[in-house]
Amino acid sequence: MTGFEAIAGREVLNRAGESWDRHAVAAHTASELVSKRIVVGYGFWIFLLSDIVMFSAFFASYAVLVDQTAGGPAGRDLFDLRNVGLETACLLLSSFTCGIASIGAQAHRGSWFYSAMAVTFVLGATFVGLEVREFTSLAAQGAGPTRSAFLSGFFTVVGCHGLHVTAGLLWLLTMMAQVFAKGYRADILRRVLCFSMFWHFLDIVWVGLFSMVYLIGAVT
Amino acid sequence: MSPSEQERGAAPDDELVGGHEAVLEIGVYLIGLGLATLLTIVSFFVAQTTLVWQPSIPVALAVLAIAQMGIHLVFFLHMTTGPDNVNNAMALAFGVLIVLLVIIGSLWIMAHMNHNMMPMDQIMQMQR
Repeated sequence: MTGFEAIAGREVLNRAGESWDRHAVAAHTASELVSKRIVVGYGFWIFLLSDIVMFSAFFASYAVLVDQTAGGPAGRDLFDLRNVGLETACLLLSSFTCGIASIGAQAHRGSWFYSAMAVTFVLGATFVGLEVREFTSLAAQGAGPTRSAFLSGFFTVVGCHGLHVTAGLLWLLTMMAQVFAKGYRADILRRVLCFSMFWHFLDIVWVGLFSMVYLIGAVT
Repeated sequence: MSPSEQERGAAPDDELVGGHEAVLEIGVYLIGLGLATLLTIVSFFVAQTTLVWQPSIPVALAVLAIAQMGIHLVFFLHMTTGPDNVNNAMALAFGVLIVLLVIIGSLWIMAHMNHNMMPMDQIMQMQR
């Protein structure tokens, strides 16, 4: 029940001329108020879903263009599954350490929070580094994004995820600095919550990428 | 929520997490990590093995990917069907609907257009 409904209910009681217990109404509204943490989490979840919808458009364009190689190399000629496996391991482990960091922040344990965030950063940076290395080696082979429609779609969908991870790394450093400077305030903890949701979301998108782009591309 | 907390107006999830609860939460993440790792390994195995009937591999990979996304949602993002999570679950359901419409719709329409399009050399002849 929202505050409006609570006020409306109070008015009805007034109009009826009944005596009402102020404490009972106050306790009632307090128990019905949703905590700010849940509201913020919900709002950020809506943003993440809109981001997923954007990724689905990139996935769809990639899937439509995957066979249009214009006589150039196809996925099975280009994809190095060992590299993809390493990237996957980095991102999955970083998702786990990010979860540890958010628990550490909620428990106000600085040692957990900072060390887990640092490990998350190192793993995320390794992921970005592996991806940049892959992209430059593809471009050096003459398989850059301008070679064929397939490669344009590939670089768009994978590169967009890489950009998200890079932005996430900057956000991670910002969160470490904010917790360091301002402590475990409620608003800072809500930002840490949003960051960890964002990081887990990146891992979910990567699951789609390594399965639908790399593994299927290497098979067919 | 205890009565004293109600008077302060504190919501239940804004309190400090104790050591015992933190250990329990780490356990949830460990289960999630284990399951996700298992599914990832199976995906890479299925993609590279010759033991599986080849035409079934893309479908198998899609199923494994969806399962792993579910694992991530439940164990990492704590998506539940609890009362304070109904809105999140509804938003997720709507998001999944849009994603399916975009991906399946695009593939379906473009496959039909490809199928019905005149071969390229005939188009070139008509333009001459």
